[in-house]
Amino acid sequence: MTLLAVERIKLFSTRSPWWCMALAVTLTVGMAALIAANTNDEFPLSVGVSQSFSNFGMIVIMVMAALAVTTEYRFGTIRATFLAVPGRVQALIAKTVVVAVLAGVIGEVVAFGSWGISTLIKPNADMAINSSVEWRNVAGTGLVFALSAVLAVAVGTLVRQTAGAVAILLVYALLVESLIGLIPKIGVNIQEWMPFMHANNFLTADSAALPEGAGPPRLDFPFGPWGSLAYFAAISVGLLVVALAVAKKRDA
Amino acid sequence: MIEAAGLTKHYGPTVAVDDLSFTVEAGRVTGFLGPNGAGKSTTMRMILGLDTPNKGQALIDGKRYSELKRPLGTVGALLDAKWVHPNRSARSHLRWLAKSNHISDKRVDEVLEMVGLTAVAKRNAGGFSLGMAQRLGIAGALLGDPKVLLFDEPVNGLDPEGIVWIRQFMHRLAADGRTVLVSSHLLSEMAQTAHELIVIGKGKLIAQTSTEQFIKDATEDNVRVRSPHAVKLRELLAGSATVTSDEVDGALVVHGLDPASIGDLAAANGIVLHELSPQRGSLEAAFMQLTKESVEYHAAES
Repeated sequence: MTLLAVERIKLFSTRSPWWCMALAVTLTVGMAALIAANTNDEFPLSVGVSQSFSNFGMIVIMVMAALAVTTEYRFGTIRATFLAVPGRVQALIAKTVVVAVLAGVIGEVVAFGSWGISTLIKPNADMAINSSVEWRNVAGTGLVFALSAVLAVAVGTLVRQTAGAVAILLVYALLVESLIGLIPKIGVNIQEWMPFMHANNFLTADSAALPEGAGPPRLDFPFGPWGSLAYFAAISVGLLVVALAVAKKRDA
Repeated sequence: MIEAAGLTKHYGPTVAVDDLSFTVEAGRVTGFLGPNGAGKSTTMRMILGLDTPNKGQALIDGKRYSELKRPLGTVGALLDAKWVHPNRSARSHLRWLAKSNHISDKRVDEVLEMVGLTAVAKRNAGGFSLGMAQRLGIAGALLGDPKVLLFDEPVNGLDPEGIVWIRQFMHRLAADGRTVLVSSHLLSEMAQTAHELIVIGKGKLIAQTSTEQFIKDATEDNVRVRSPHAVKLRELLAGSATVTSDEVDGALVVHGLDPASIGDLAAANGIVLHELSPQRGSLEAAFMQLTKESVEYHAAES
């Protein structure tokens, strides 16, 4: 518990996490408002549509999570941390937990904020969250944000440099996973095993967010939504375990 | 007490620290002296568990650093004053350090007062001058009221006032019975700060001795003599001492005879002296002599 308090003090005593959180919320909720305002009879507003830009927030939160580690390496405070807490693994787990919980909370704020603003803009649309698919789509956002923060902390710990870690995360999450689908024949099969695709499957499986034919073709995932979440969690936590082992062994 | 036994660290083919053994006793300031790149920082990092030695170990009061329950209560270290987040206030920086070792916020304010940073406690550490940053680092080292303190080049870049402050501070810490290890590449600084010296070069131990003894062994005492009867005096001295002439002003430089004996000899022979001055050998010259073989990066001869 002490270590969690330590990491909480560290995180909230600098400005950049506050900026990242504010950016994640305004960006996503703002996009949701723009979408809601432009829906019509052909493209009607629904719970699913209001959630279609939560990825924006997730990317920003991943940057925040990576920064939480890389700035410690950049400024040497990681060494001060390891001097105060020689159990490096515990110290880094505490950091991961604090960042992941915060990311989860932001995820919920983003999801319900997007849903709320859409409801306000189009009060007549069917925005009731009344099926398990819709609940998963909205409330599940926090889980996805938390797990992607774990993944980002792991990458930050392995790479130790802000520029490198952020570049890897952005290029991978924004480009690699979607572009790999362009490889003929096998591209789609690879995509069906990529972590962020599964995160998305968890949020959107069985929901009719987009009308038939709009957006990228649906993938044939090996798991159902909760299986996809477990797969995403396994990859994030697995990468974290590797990062912790490396951090423990290497000279600080 | 700090005990290093056979500490060895390689970075690829480079040997940074080579089978280094020494002990640092409580109640005195021990200087850790060596040219840049001699392995002082690496050794301190191994003592503190930041770097893992390839061979050997370092014990603090009989324990490895990683075995300490609340390390800040046993060991305080200032390895680099820049190890702070520039956008975090001095007080917040100390607060998270304190929290990690169950130290109260009251103690944070106490150490801030001790190093004279109370007035700027809420300011971001990034805006601190080097002197202020060093003070903040020292405040962090003192948080747990530790028995063992390590400082890596604490006076680097400080103004004279700051240097005197740190020097007195370390003497006070040692007088309290604490173990104080402080590194420097300047012998002249160490001569005024340390009671005991551990001298290393290229990662190897050169000497561990009292500062007084080290300086005595390392420097030669000469006596400068000027006289209108220099030639005659030189003949008289030749039997009992080595005499050379200063190339600049022709003064005699006598080695192997103390000033009193030279004066007596001159008076007994009715020789007038214009100058009779003992010359302490330069500390820096002596240090360079000792570590000449072990300096990693030589400047090209011009």
